Amino acid sequence: MVQNNKVITAKELTKKFGAFTAVDKISFEVEKGEIFGFLGANGAGKTTAMRMLCGLSLPSSGEATVAGYDVYKENELIKKNIGYMSQKFSLYEDLTIKENIRFYAGIYGLSDEKIKEKTELLVKELHLEGEEKTLVRALPLGWKQKLAFSIAIVHDPAIVFLDEPTGGVDPITRREFWTLIYEAAERGITIFVTTHYMDEAEYCNRVSIMVDGRIDALDSPANLMKTYSAGSMDEVFLQLARKASRSE
Amino acid sequence: MRVLKFLLQKELRQIFRDPSILKILFIMPMVQLLILPLAADFEIKNINLGVVDHDHSEYSRKLVTKIISSGYFRLKDYSPSFREGLHSIELDKTDLILEIPAHFERDLVKENQSTLLVAVNAINGIKAGLGGAYIQGIIQDYNQGIRAQWIQQPRLLPQPTIEVSFSDWFNPNMNYRVFMVPGILVMLITIIGSSFASNNIIREKEMGTIEQINVSPIKKSQFILGKLIPFWLLALAVLTFGLLLARIVYGIVPLGHYITIYIFASIYLLAILGLGLLLSTYAQTQQQSMLVSFFITMIFNLLSGLFTPIESMPEWAQVITRLNPVSYFIEVMRMVVLKGSGLADIKTHILAMLGFAVFFNGWAILNYRKRSG
Repeated sequence: MVQNNKVITAKELTKKFGAFTAVDKISFEVEKGEIFGFLGANGAGKTTAMRMLCGLSLPSSGEATVAGYDVYKENELIKKNIGYMSQKFSLYEDLTIKENIRFYAGIYGLSDEKIKEKTELLVKELHLEGEEKTLVRALPLGWKQKLAFSIAIVHDPAIVFLDEPTGGVDPITRREFWTLIYEAAERGITIFVTTHYMDEAEYCNRVSIMVDGRIDALDSPANLMKTYSAGSMDEVFLQLARKASRSE
Repeated sequence: MRVLKFLLQKELRQIFRDPSILKILFIMPMVQLLILPLAADFEIKNINLGVVDHDHSEYSRKLVTKIISSGYFRLKDYSPSFREGLHSIELDKTDLILEIPAHFERDLVKENQSTLLVAVNAINGIKAGLGGAYIQGIIQDYNQGIRAQWIQQPRLLPQPTIEVSFSDWFNPNMNYRVFMVPGILVMLITIIGSSFASNNIIREKEMGTIEQINVSPIKKSQFILGKLIPFWLLALAVLTFGLLLARIVYGIVPLGHYITIYIFASIYLLAILGLGLLLSTYAQTQQQSMLVSFFITMIFNLLSGLFTPIESMPEWAQVITRLNPVSYFIEVMRMVVLKGSGLADIKTHILAMLGFAVFFNGWAILNYRKRSG
């Protein structure tokens, strides 16, 4: 089903809200196992594009496949094969760590045995031993985000979509978070991540930069820096984002 | 099925973890069932009476004493003229004036007739209507007494009178509580059914957790069932609690079977929960859904026959009550509790309720979108 190792393909994908074009004919491909950075200023259309790929929002026009499935017709099949971590923290705060893992693993159809195994693994990985019965509400933000990520990939999806996963998190936790991302990528999970941190952009295999709903640049961070003769991804981003005509 | 199990497990955990929900669920019925039936009583008592007595005779005094001793009236004002009597109505001191004309006693004895004037403050329609009727009844009774005293009843020539005797079936003592308590219980589980489940879904919208559900392979029907079943059980628990209270506090034991009530309540709750779920698919915030469900349950309750008989509503309002699930349940409750009706008697009610349930839930499932347009 997945042809030429392309797990995501988008062709002229567009989303309009009335007269406003949030995403304007974007085309790109993401390969299996890749860490794909999806950059852009606030309001550039990143989240909208991501929501279309996840089957949360119906595209206005264009084509796209995710994990080999069509976003128009096979959106429920896509959902079986992806993980998603939204900008808004979305674990149940009034459930414990263990209960959250159990719930999300359960609704993706994992067996009781597998759930138990995954729970132990995850708790160990996140160094949460002894905290299994703590309510998620009581965890510090950084831990919550790491937990949310681990739960988003608890069912070993082909792709995981991360929408600004490290917003508001301290630098140490961010680094730990990226360690988790690398580990997931090594297991063959494709990572599709939006971020505002340019140091994080440099961790990605390839990066696209969205300006006003269009993808203005797409390449590896090293090549982008060369093309725009910039010393850092920061400069690349500023050069491109300054051209934006629409603001938040 | 497995997915549903996980959904239910999560939902029940959350409900039982929130102590405020459980408190509301059981304190609300207690307060409503203990206070409302005692306070919301249709019998009018303590009507303030003003008397304008131009006669000052033994007869006029007897009449006033008789009225006061009925227990429904309180003598609040004794004015020398009708004008002053009217003034005390204007001041809201009295609700009703009885004017006894001069020569009342003389006319009654000599001419066999006299006229009394009753003026009623009709700002409160129910009070005015009943107050007028009571005083008329008392005066008639008084009249009979005088007739008996003055006219030697000729046994051979009985006066052709029709006397109506009442026998109140199904509620022989006209116990007001037996009539109200089952109705109030219906109102209560309606409020719980229509707002708890919908608020729960909207909370997920507000927290953003619904996105995580929408991006998972959970089916719409699974999600809706996962929300419906826990609150269905909870509302049945409240119903049980309410029926127990009714039995212990008011001694209300249904003539029919409890099982009949439960069968109907189960279907009824499906309909009401469906309505709540439908609401939640439209509302974006808890305020929105609270306001709308408040509005709907208010209309449902007022047009349910709980407070005013449906038969005396205008035709168009009667049509609305046929579209109101609450009116069916109140009727069924009263039928089962007071008349001892069984399943066969409430067949049409059950069918109508199944219709409501399919309609509301079907619409809710259709309108719940995992993907926005």
